[in-house]
Amino acid sequence: MIEYIALHWDDILGRTGEHVYLAFTAVALACIVGIPVGLLINRNEKLANAVIGVANVMQTVPSLAMFALLIPLVGIRDKNAILALFLYALLPIIKNTYIGIRNVDPSIIEAAMGMGMSNMQILYKVQMPLAVPVIMGGVRIATVTGIGVATIATLIGAGGLGTLIYQGIGMMNYPMMIWGAISAALLALLTDFVLGLFEKKITSKGIAAK
Amino acid sequence: MIQLIDVSKSYNSKDMVVRNLNLKIEQGELVVLVGESGCGKTTTMKMINRLEEPSSGTILINGKDIKEIDPIELRRNIGYVIQRIGLFPHLTVGQNIGIVPRLTKNDPEKVAKRTIELLDMVGMQHEEYMNRYPNELSGGQQQRVGVARALANDPDIVLMDEPFSALDPITRDQLQNELLKLQEELHKTIVFVTHDIDEAIKIGDKIAVMQDGRIMQYDTPEKILKNPANEFIESFVGRDRLWKTPDMLRARDIMNKDYVRIGMNRPLAHAVELMREKNCEVLVVVSSSGNNPNYIQGMVGRRQINKDYDHDVRMKDIMRTDVVTVQPDTPLNEVLQLREKHKLRFMPVVEEGITVGIITETTILNVLTEIIPESEGF
Repeated sequence: MIEYIALHWDDILGRTGEHVYLAFTAVALACIVGIPVGLLINRNEKLANAVIGVANVMQTVPSLAMFALLIPLVGIRDKNAILALFLYALLPIIKNTYIGIRNVDPSIIEAAMGMGMSNMQILYKVQMPLAVPVIMGGVRIATVTGIGVATIATLIGAGGLGTLIYQGIGMMNYPMMIWGAISAALLALLTDFVLGLFEKKITSKGIAAK
Repeated sequence: MIQLIDVSKSYNSKDMVVRNLNLKIEQGELVVLVGESGCGKTTTMKMINRLEEPSSGTILINGKDIKEIDPIELRRNIGYVIQRIGLFPHLTVGQNIGIVPRLTKNDPEKVAKRTIELLDMVGMQHEEYMNRYPNELSGGQQQRVGVARALANDPDIVLMDEPFSALDPITRDQLQNELLKLQEELHKTIVFVTHDIDEAIKIGDKIAVMQDGRIMQYDTPEKILKNPANEFIESFVGRDRLWKTPDMLRARDIMNKDYVRIGMNRPLAHAVELMREKNCEVLVVVSSSGNNPNYIQGMVGRRQINKDYDHDVRMKDIMRTDVVTVQPDTPLNEVLQLREKHKLRFMPVVEEGITVGIITETTILNVLTEIIPESEGF
């Protein structure tokens, strides 16, 4: 087992790099799209239900099928993988943003309005800071899920740590398979930990759980 | 000055929340809108800072129709305090107070100075609380910050929507007292909504009692207590209310206006006759000549009469001149203290030398039985 790392650490690192590239690009794009959408749909409940419904359906598509379904659109390899992971990441990010904003205590909003803050000011200065823990929760779920699902991306030629796992299985090379799996798991844990630190940093001390 | 002219509000064509309401609130007055829940008091208040728009009617602030003022601009010049306080939990006390002044691009140093001033004003040491978060404060402290925040832009008008209802009775009492003290210094125009008539009586310069979207009576607390406009107000205010606030009872409320007077030069026989005829125990002796014949000179009771058998004697010879008098607005407790101190049975109520009534044991008893709390079982 240890020997495998000694001989193949560069391979593991390379695959991890590919994995990070796939998952992080997808989640970053999902944040760029999902957070504004989550904010926007707060203005209209019907629209919110429709958008969240669509995102929900996306989530129910099995990951392998998702990759397959996207082939006619974007072909194979990383474009396909990133798009699929992006679609998976949308739901938790949109939904948590929506809920995080909506669950801000109405009396706080009333006070803000009564003090003469504009809707935009209320959104940026009040609702968003208060929704940070919930929004970040969505981002963390999306990231961890994305890192997991990205292991399948090797099947459409997008590389990543899944490559080690599938090759390991094919070649009956257990150390290769297990190191691929362990690396993916460690990557997920580490990322979640770092995001946790980031969340703590951007959450006001006034609302941090004690 | 705030004027509501024929203001109505309905959310659908059937139910009117506020009906043709007219209300004039003078500069520097603390007006309380009081009524049971659903009477339209909060809606009425919220129309003043346009959190609600009237369905019809006009609201003027200093003569200007508020429909023509941008709501954001309007609200920045009207302080707003709500029952659930609504402090921003992610901001410190200092940031909460300074948020609107900072939005309006005030000099940060000025804002900081003003924040310190406001915290001191509401009785919170700024060194200790400036950088605390709302969740580290008690409910009472939070609402103090709420009040400070409402005053941050130094508005002329402050709207307060049941600001103290969620607090425990002792804290509520404290904050009410401090609001009154603050108001003595600041003279803001305050519209205060509450369902608590005790609170209304305690803090209001004027009270508007509301029912079904209408104002049933708009007057000073004293006048509402003493002359409720109708049965609803009487029952809402409570028959025993005067008993709970005895300091509102004054000599004029307990005196008997039908006292019997006698000229100072009248003979004793006349006094005896008068007392028998009017069935009274005491006569007020007044000057019988001059511009104002009703000027009080002294009093004559049975004791003075019985002692003296000489029927030629005149009132001025036998009357007691060491009479203790009270003013019409002397409070009840002072009247009772004077009675006790001087062992008096009768006290004339005198206004500018003229007797306007007399306080006897009977008149005091009458008032007390009228206002005594309705007790069960006794």
